[in-house]
Amino acid sequence: MGKHIRTVNTNLVILKSTLQGRGCGECQASCQSACKTSCTVGNQVCLKEKK
Amino acid sequence: MIHKFIFDDTRMVFDVHSGALHIVDELIWDLLEAYGTLSEEALAQSLSDKYPKEDISEALGEIKELIGKNILFSPDPLGGTYTPPQDSVVKALCLHLAHDCNLSCLYCFAGQGKFGGSPGLMTAEVGRKALEFLVNSSGDRRHLEVDFFGGEPLLNFNVLSMLVDHGKNLAREKGKEIKFTVTTNAILLDGKTGDFLNKNNISVILSIDGRQFVHDAMRPFRDSKGSYDIVLKNIKAFLESRDYLDYYVRGTFTALNTDFASDVEHLASLGFDNISLEPVVAGEQDHYSLRDSMFGTISSEYEKLARLIQKRTEKGRYINFFHFNIDFEGGPCLPKRMNGCGAGHQYLAVDPRGTLYPCHQFVGREEFVMGDVFSGVHRNDLAGLFRNSHLYHKEGCGQCWAKFHCSGGCHANAFIHNGSIEKPYSPGCLMAKKRLECAMYLAQWKNAAQKS
Repeated sequence: MGKHIRTVNTNLVILKSTLQGRGCGECQASCQSACKTSCTVGNQVCLKEKK
Repeated sequence: MIHKFIFDDTRMVFDVHSGALHIVDELIWDLLEAYGTLSEEALAQSLSDKYPKEDISEALGEIKELIGKNILFSPDPLGGTYTPPQDSVVKALCLHLAHDCNLSCLYCFAGQGKFGGSPGLMTAEVGRKALEFLVNSSGDRRHLEVDFFGGEPLLNFNVLSMLVDHGKNLAREKGKEIKFTVTTNAILLDGKTGDFLNKNNISVILSIDGRQFVHDAMRPFRDSKGSYDIVLKNIKAFLESRDYLDYYVRGTFTALNTDFASDVEHLASLGFDNISLEPVVAGEQDHYSLRDSMFGTISSEYEKLARLIQKRTEKGRYINFFHFNIDFEGGPCLPKRMNGCGAGHQYLAVDPRGTLYPCHQFVGREEFVMGDVFSGVHRNDLAGLFRNSHLYHKEGCGQCWAKFHCSGGCHANAFIHNGSIEKPYSPGCLMAKKRLECAMYLAQWKNAAQKS
């Protein structure tokens, strides 16, 4: 953490790294969870990460 | 690409392509205004009246350190192009068990449950075929999903319960798991039905809009009488029977309650802590539709809601608001973020006759009939259109800072408002961005609280 910048997500999984070994499609379809009328994918859970 | 914004004096910088979120001071904020367009010397000179030279030099060093770590101004991980997997795999179905409803909600996109057609219930035979279609179309996917939807699916409870048993057997035979959910208005959610849902670990989405006058105005019975009292009584009894686990209460806000934070607060005061409140999907002719002129108010209301959640959390009374619950450390992989909801290829809707549509919001639109559960998908062109309508094919999405969180937004909203699934519904974009900013604000606040 710097004097001028605090990075919030220090354990961040960099998006680029998720191109390899992911994309299995085992996660929930976003509209099946709670919305049914708007699309938010960012709040879905990855089953691989969950394990 | 970065996005800078201020929420209640907190300056935040979101690095779009890595997903990193930074809290910065005013000096960094000022430096980032022109970073990359001016030389470091010119940048330092431009701020020399406001900050000491040493501080500027130190701050520039921090910026360069983050750039070196690829968490500030990081490059597009896909270089702006994407080729989605071309495999045909269906992993989720929305089963319209009933094109009929015991309520007469004013804003119902299903046309009071009938989706522009005649009322009808799905037969056990159609339901079984739908489940077999799903299992047989799912390729190597192990986790499958079925949402019982309508109209009101509990009007067809006998078929629902039979399909749960059939689906479990079918999944077992094929080495798969089917996760069932029910989206219900709760009018028929009695003890017997609740017991069945609990015993079978079925997730529930329970429709209630918030304050009684808000709910009753939009969700009346057919005789115009409000449904709030019975809905609330049934939801509370049901949730008590499952220890308030595995549920969402889900409401809709309209032009008539743009002060919807009060509805979330009301739902929370009733003891519900998993809450989703969605903007109405409506045509411009509808008196309750959300209009461009309201988006300032709606944005402020989302901010108000974030502050409300913050205050409640400080008092140990957490609310899990669906759109603010974002994992900024991980979450979905990039392919998922490119692909979005999967409608039209991974996720399909089935009407009571067994007709397949890209999703529940396209049901009843003849031009979007994709096939049926008896003979499968006929319209591979439509499946291809949806599969290839990923983020970088959608108008304006490639340049948007929120792209990896909304994934291009709702195809149906885009089609309904702009006539093309590749032209996003811009008011929806505005709301999605504001929700994301609120989620980031709450994430950094929780992060700071954990560290202190």
